[in-house]
Amino acid sequence: MNMNEVLSQSLFFGMIVSLVAYKIGFEIQKKWKKVYLNPLLIAIVIVIVFLLITGISYETYQYGAKYLSYFLTPVTVCLAVPLYKQIEILKNNLAAILISIVIGCLAHAGILISVTFLCKMDQQLLLSVMSKSVTTAIALGVTGEIGGIQGITVIGVMIAGISGAVVGPSILKLFHITEPIAQGLALGSASHAVGTSKAIELGEIQAAMSSLAIVVTGILTVIIVPWVVSLL
Amino acid sequence: MNYIFQLAIIFGVSFAGELLNAILPLPVPASVYGLVIMFLLLCTKIVKLEQVENVAELLMSIMPLFFIEPTVGIMNSYGLVKGKIIPLFIACFLSFVVVMIVTGLISQAIIRIQHKDKKSGIKQSETSR
Repeated sequence: MNMNEVLSQSLFFGMIVSLVAYKIGFEIQKKWKKVYLNPLLIAIVIVIVFLLITGISYETYQYGAKYLSYFLTPVTVCLAVPLYKQIEILKNNLAAILISIVIGCLAHAGILISVTFLCKMDQQLLLSVMSKSVTTAIALGVTGEIGGIQGITVIGVMIAGISGAVVGPSILKLFHITEPIAQGLALGSASHAVGTSKAIELGEIQAAMSSLAIVVTGILTVIIVPWVVSLL
Repeated sequence: MNYIFQLAIIFGVSFAGELLNAILPLPVPASVYGLVIMFLLLCTKIVKLEQVENVAELLMSIMPLFFIEPTVGIMNSYGLVKGKIIPLFIACFLSFVVVMIVTGLISQAIIRIQHKDKKSGIKQSETSR
């Protein structure tokens, strides 16, 4: 039995690769604290480079690593907890939250369809990034339902998140978005948890609105995206 | 033991989400059905916050770990992305900017209209007094 065969039968090999890669990403983030040094991004690069260098196939890695992603559904269920904790703020600003996020979602879909059409991109690429404003757990579910490629979805989600943290506050300033509630909603609905990390720096209301916007945008995206896709 | 019970509730709700996903002909992921069910259970106090809170927070704190494997799968679809990386990046960035502006400006407008209504409402009640 050669090494490759042993690895391809191993339940723990892929899991160890994932855990170690994430640990390295986490430590790098902790050391330099730069937003583009996203631990997930670093972990993914490490795993891909590792597999390419050693010549180990994705299937061998996935055989064990896939058990980690079984937690995607339960962790999405857990997002109900922060939403429930913000329920008073949700009730008090229901109209502003729902109307602005629904229109935001529609504008998001419109821009993506236009750009992919202009650049003559494959429709599967479009489907893969349609849900990219929302938290990865929900975005992966939506991509699965509409038939996109999940790896591209995660990259799109990361672009949205890192953009929000890097240029989010400048956009708010440039367009005179000064109401704390509006700032939080804009950051949370465009760049999910990474945007929320920036909203926390802006203030308490921004932080609460942003974390609430993550879940509300997620749920509305589940409704809006498949509907828009069915029109294509 | 407490943690096991919390995990059982979370897995139970996940399972209910899977059932709905299998039964209903809608393109809603099992996870989001589960999220809505859990939210309703919390709102109706059928499940109390402290019955799920610790495990929920634990799982959410290590959430990125669960995304690594599906993303590494991009290795197998590199052919599709090749040559489209820059347009894909532009599409993602542009749509991000638009969502921020649209959501921010619209919510700001609604909040200001509501505040104006409230203020004029107070003035009216003052003058009527």
